[in-house]
Amino acid sequence: MRLSSLGYVARDGFRNIWRNKIMSIASISTVAISLFLLGCVWLFVANVNNMVFNVESELEINAYVEQDLPRETAQALASDIGAYDGVASVEFIPKEEGILMLENRFGTEADLAGTVGENNPLPDMIQLKATNPDLVPVLAEKLTAMEGIDQVRYGQGMVEKLLKTADWLERAGFIGLICISIAAIFLISTSIRVTVFARRDEITIMRLVGATNWYIRWPFLIEGMLTGFFGALLAVAILVLGYNKLVISLMTNMSFIPIMTDQATLLLLGRNILLYGAGLGIVGSFLSVFRYLRV
Amino acid sequence: MIQFFNVNKIYEAEVRVEALKDVNLQIENGEFIFLVGPSGAGKSTLTKLIIREETASSGQVLSDGKSLARMKQRDIPFYRRRIGFVFQDFRLLMTRTVYENVAFAAEAVEMTTTEVRQRVPLVLDMMGIADKRNAYPHQLSGGQQQRLGIARAMVNNPTMIIADEPTGNLDPETSAEIMRIFQAINRRGTTVLIATHDKDMVNLMRKRVIALKEGRIVRDERNGGYQHEA
Repeated sequence: MRLSSLGYVARDGFRNIWRNKIMSIASISTVAISLFLLGCVWLFVANVNNMVFNVESELEINAYVEQDLPRETAQALASDIGAYDGVASVEFIPKEEGILMLENRFGTEADLAGTVGENNPLPDMIQLKATNPDLVPVLAEKLTAMEGIDQVRYGQGMVEKLLKTADWLERAGFIGLICISIAAIFLISTSIRVTVFARRDEITIMRLVGATNWYIRWPFLIEGMLTGFFGALLAVAILVLGYNKLVISLMTNMSFIPIMTDQATLLLLGRNILLYGAGLGIVGSFLSVFRYLRV
Repeated sequence: MIQFFNVNKIYEAEVRVEALKDVNLQIENGEFIFLVGPSGAGKSTLTKLIIREETASSGQVLSDGKSLARMKQRDIPFYRRRIGFVFQDFRLLMTRTVYENVAFAAEAVEMTTTEVRQRVPLVLDMMGIADKRNAYPHQLSGGQQQRLGIARAMVNNPTMIIADEPTGNLDPETSAEIMRIFQAINRRGTTVLIATHDKDMVNLMRKRVIALKEGRIVRDERNGGYQHEA
């Protein structure tokens, strides 16, 4: 297609939207609402993941060694554990070091280590990190069953619940996404169909003077793409403004909630929604163009 | 040159309609032809076969020796660019000006902006409606509207013009004026095929007349008239 023709079809695409204002506004709003809801789900999931990630990064398994186990056996135990599948790293922490860590954590001025001296009540500890949060409970169980291990501790419960929620939400979001997409495609397709009908005389003339099929189709595809894109733009604008408001309000009032504020992630979300909107528009118009536009 | 060899066209709808029966026909370049006959005689079907809107059920339609039925789908638009089509009801775009109506067709065949700017005023001038370029179709008389329809068909500089009842909605005087335009176009070497049942016009013009009745060619006469119809 010539460059000038590209100009003609783009102009006609815009013109279609303008001429068909009411229907275009309806489609754009539906796309906007759909993608806004989609964005909300996405943001929620991203936040849960963010939370899980924060927990996860501190997530480690602490296995306390039986008090009377010789130091060498305990160290051998640690290196055995290091060879297990799903173990990212393993560290043997003798009780002398453990008491120093405790001191640090409490941030006290008191010389804990000095005070307890030889009577350190802490057990030696094997601290390991899993490669994957799903493996944590499995590894923990394995460790519990081991000879010489007294107790195993990890962030059980909380992490599992969070992961389950995120997983469930992602699934629900995915199903929602499909439903929303179908609705948006249907609406855009209907809108394009209205335009095809409104322009039937022009289409007849174009066909008879010898316009190529693609020349006839392009304006409708552009119309659909723009409808989807404008809808997405509206959704992104509302999402970004609304989310930033929410972040500010949460940070001032409920600062303990670890809300995601990563701008790169937000940018990615925006870009994806825009692309997705335009994609929905193209699919919607394709359906109409190939069904109702006889060329 | 257009050739029909034993062409049959059958529409298989709820009722089977034999629109054309065993039609043999040759249209030379530069001819002026009237296609006459009552409604339902097959005039429209014949023109649709020429512009490759329809294909023959049996037999062959050739354009410059090439089978239209076997023409590739993507070549059809380019074939149609060589034919200008004029409608009985003008089919003008009412929301666009005279200039835009013609430019629309020029753009559709992917002329450049420069070509459009040169070509459109030229055909408007040729049709005598250059002064109306910014008017809207509803501001034109019937004759002017059909001139616009012809201008649009001519913008592509086609080798053939096909008109389906071009004077069907016009009074006799205006019809004569439109016919003069077709004659002028024909004198420039463009083939003209007009489907009509305007007897007076056909008799007046003394051109080749092809008469159809119930899908058959019943008469094909040089310098013919309408009244001797079989």
